[in-house]
Amino acid sequence: MNRKVNDFSITVGTKNGSGSSTANNTILRSIFKMGIPVSGKNLFPSNIQGLPTWYTIRVNKDGFIARHEANDIVIAMNPDSFARDLVSVSPGGAFFYADDIRQPITRADITIHPMPIKTIVRNDPNVPTDFRDLVGNMVYVGILAQMIGIDMEKILAALTFHFKGKQKPVDMNFNALKAGAEWAKDNLEKKDPFHLESMDKTDGLIMADGNTAAAIGSIFGGVQFAGWYPITPASSLAESLNDFLPVLRKREDGKHTYAVVQAEDELAALGMAIGAGWAGLRSMTSTSGPGLSLMTEFAGLAYYAEVPVVIWDVQRIGPSTGLPTRTSQGDLTFTHFIGHGDSHSVILLPGDVGECFDFGWQSFDIAERAQTPVFVLSDLDMGMNQWMSKPFQYPETPMDRGKILTEQDLEGLKGNWARYLDKDGDGIPYRTLPGNKHPMSAYFTRGTGHDENARYTEESDVYIRNMERLKVKYYNAANYMPKPVTHPLKGAKVGILAYGSTENAILEAQHQLDIDHGIQADFMRVRAIPFTDEVTKFIENYDQVFVVEMNRDGQMHQILLTEYPQFAMKFKSVAYHDGLPAAAKWVREGILAKYTRTEGEKQKKASAAKTAVKAKAAKPSKKAAVKSSTKAKKPVTKSRTSAKAKKK
Amino acid sequence: MAETLPMAGATANTNLAGLTKNDYRGNPTTLCQGCGHNSISNQIVTALYEMNTVPEAVMKFSGIGCSSKSPTYFLNRTFGFNSLHGRMPSIATGALFADAHMKGIGVSGDGDSASIGMGQFKHVMRRNVNMVYIVENNGVYGLTKGQFSATAEKGLQLKKQGENPYMPVDICMEALVSNATFVARSFAGNPKQVKELLKAALAHDGIAVLDIISPCVTFNNQENAFHSYAWGKDHEEPLHEISYIAPRNEIILEREMEEGEIREVAMHDGSTVILKNLEKGYDPKDRYEALRVMEEAQRNNWLVTGLLYINTTKPTLTNIYNLVDTPLNRLTEADLRPERSMIDEVNALMF
Repeated sequence: MNRKVNDFSITVGTKNGSGSSTANNTILRSIFKMGIPVSGKNLFPSNIQGLPTWYTIRVNKDGFIARHEANDIVIAMNPDSFARDLVSVSPGGAFFYADDIRQPITRADITIHPMPIKTIVRNDPNVPTDFRDLVGNMVYVGILAQMIGIDMEKILAALTFHFKGKQKPVDMNFNALKAGAEWAKDNLEKKDPFHLESMDKTDGLIMADGNTAAAIGSIFGGVQFAGWYPITPASSLAESLNDFLPVLRKREDGKHTYAVVQAEDELAALGMAIGAGWAGLRSMTSTSGPGLSLMTEFAGLAYYAEVPVVIWDVQRIGPSTGLPTRTSQGDLTFTHFIGHGDSHSVILLPGDVGECFDFGWQSFDIAERAQTPVFVLSDLDMGMNQWMSKPFQYPETPMDRGKILTEQDLEGLKGNWARYLDKDGDGIPYRTLPGNKHPMSAYFTRGTGHDENARYTEESDVYIRNMERLKVKYYNAANYMPKPVTHPLKGAKVGILAYGSTENAILEAQHQLDIDHGIQADFMRVRAIPFTDEVTKFIENYDQVFVVEMNRDGQMHQILLTEYPQFAMKFKSVAYHDGLPAAAKWVREGILAKYTRTEGEKQKKASAAKTAVKAKAAKPSKKAAVKSSTKAKKPVTKSRTSAKAKKK
Repeated sequence: MAETLPMAGATANTNLAGLTKNDYRGNPTTLCQGCGHNSISNQIVTALYEMNTVPEAVMKFSGIGCSSKSPTYFLNRTFGFNSLHGRMPSIATGALFADAHMKGIGVSGDGDSASIGMGQFKHVMRRNVNMVYIVENNGVYGLTKGQFSATAEKGLQLKKQGENPYMPVDICMEALVSNATFVARSFAGNPKQVKELLKAALAHDGIAVLDIISPCVTFNNQENAFHSYAWGKDHEEPLHEISYIAPRNEIILEREMEEGEIREVAMHDGSTVILKNLEKGYDPKDRYEALRVMEEAQRNNWLVTGLLYINTTKPTLTNIYNLVDTPLNRLTEADLRPERSMIDEVNALMF
């Protein structure tokens, strides 16, 4: 049988609350430490204990680590999902299951391995009775390790990391794991084609989740206040602030330069953050869609009263409670126009863990500079799953605190200033902070109509002037927003435009479209709204721009139509949402479904089809292989040869 | 015996901070003539003046409603935030973290605090935020023109609303059960008591709730009275409706009340409020006793005034957070951004 080395997917089906996350993370981390590009995604229900849950791992030597829709190896630990787990195995794949699950096995096209997990644990004198179930998860890790070749040393490193070096749990888990491996060695015959071999493609990388990265980035950005309220999938962001602030901002006097307050609800969370931002603190909150709905009134206030504050929205599927533990990019238009009346939000769109860190600190600079709420749209997949990442980079630019007038400044101005006066023509006025002792510093902030001096007014011309200035301020922000990331492809005639966590899936789809379908596409990942000039130039380049996103209605597509009506005919929405992390398949198929071939391409395709009929089982042409080596920028790999091309 | 008297004027001198009373004033009021809220604003000015507190050492906050407009009418030299309906407590909570040396003065109404803002009201109590929380309580929604508020008494008749079928929320009892550390009640027509309670509240470290009954001269009134809003509305052209203000004198007690004294005061709507000052010897440090007095007042339909409860032993919110002495909003990048070397330590903490 052909060996499939470092290119397959593994899915573990367990019960929610059965303690399998340690086991699954151990698999993920040890493969990562073997130098093989890998990703792990927890597909879990909104439940504490008992419902089916899956952990899916993608191993890919070429660095394509988006979720793979096919399961090459399945480990079934849950009777309730056994039947569907069995069906889900790709032909030629491997199915491992706990042998106390006694259900019919109807597949003859895959390798089947029953695992006597309970017996192995029971026979291990080192495992206390209470821990049998938990440690049982390690047995399947051991069996899998033996069968696909996970390095035991790396497993030990992963366990040591997980248990923070505590020897007792490390030993207990490692022993159970070894027992599983021993049993597999003695009892199982390798029939499936899946093998791991050490590589060097993860050297220098770290593994982290987006919420932790966002929290640490915020700390390096000097966060001083966070108001938050628990909500999946955002909670771990604020919890990480609590974990890391005492470490990273520790002072000799033991005093704190920050406060993290768990509010009574999302309204209060943002209210506190706005109060703090207004009074001059680097202030933030984190939430998800339903929480953002509750924050809407405050968001409008902060926009109109011009208060800097950072709002992380770790998106999940809506509307309403939606699927609370499933990922989505469904809050984009809502955030863009949040608040009643005319409002435009400044939005940052991180695409990976490294950017969660970067935008963690940059968001404060932008918020303070623009004196406006900045929304950072992450999602569950990015926020809660472990991702390979470049190490976090120290912020190289000094903090931008924006236009703040001190006592000395006011003295120089002889107290002559106005809170909402556009003195510099960039739409951004000057502000003073509570505690400023100059008698002319104070002003009265309100969400009602106000003039340049912050005085209440309902005068039409003043209102119009104020609203037009806010618009100027908003569009000017494009000058200091993060520029998009581009993944160009030689000879590209169409564009793919996307944002956020879909990048891996799109890079893979971009590759597949090129190799398998002869469609070369340049890919631009937008990282901010308002759009920077690069976005405009990118769109100008192509007759077809596929806007790829994880929601039903094509929300980025809608915003692009509004911002670029002159290009309306170019945009083709490829929107899809099933709550699962993006996979190349839907990107590829979505684009193919809407792709308009030129006359030349149609003729080419027709003649290619004829050739294909003549040489049915032909090997891949040299030309295709050469073409694949000149491909787009890769996320983590040094080279990405085309498995697909070779297969052809 | 009922009494109704006009408000007295104020004098201007220099206090120990070197400021005149004028330095504590705000813009001219746009509230109705005779509104009790204006009297409270005046007492805030006087209290801070007499306490020699510089206006820059205070932040003022409010929500939405007639009462929440009033911070415009005092302390022009003080940073203010007129926020959202019922959401003043969270804005104040966040803002006061910026400079823990500053005091907050929040002005709210019964609509603001006892209905839409009930949640935030109670949580700002339990957090012991260092601020004076004034509820200008008139039992009615003014800005939206005359609906029942949650503190309106059962059986109250309002023209467009009919009879109020619900029991009222008692601000002081809610504050007490939410573990507020200072709870007092007064009457806008008793300026001396309002001022003294304000001073005590300003001197208190932590949350100080002042529930001040402040009759609405415009909406909470008798519908067939000649000067009532209802009458005016019926007899004015629509063009003038918005600007119509019932000319009223503010209700002011003629003479200061003795401890334990019970006195009846006539309201503009013809009803009578029975004020009862707390007894001499009442121990405001006993929360159980405070709740008992409140219960007794409810049964007797009294408005008990005075300092109901004080607890000086609990840390304020910002104390709990053990903040640096420098106000947080004066910290610089050197204080806030971790050293460059820390980035390696962080990366080492990742897998």
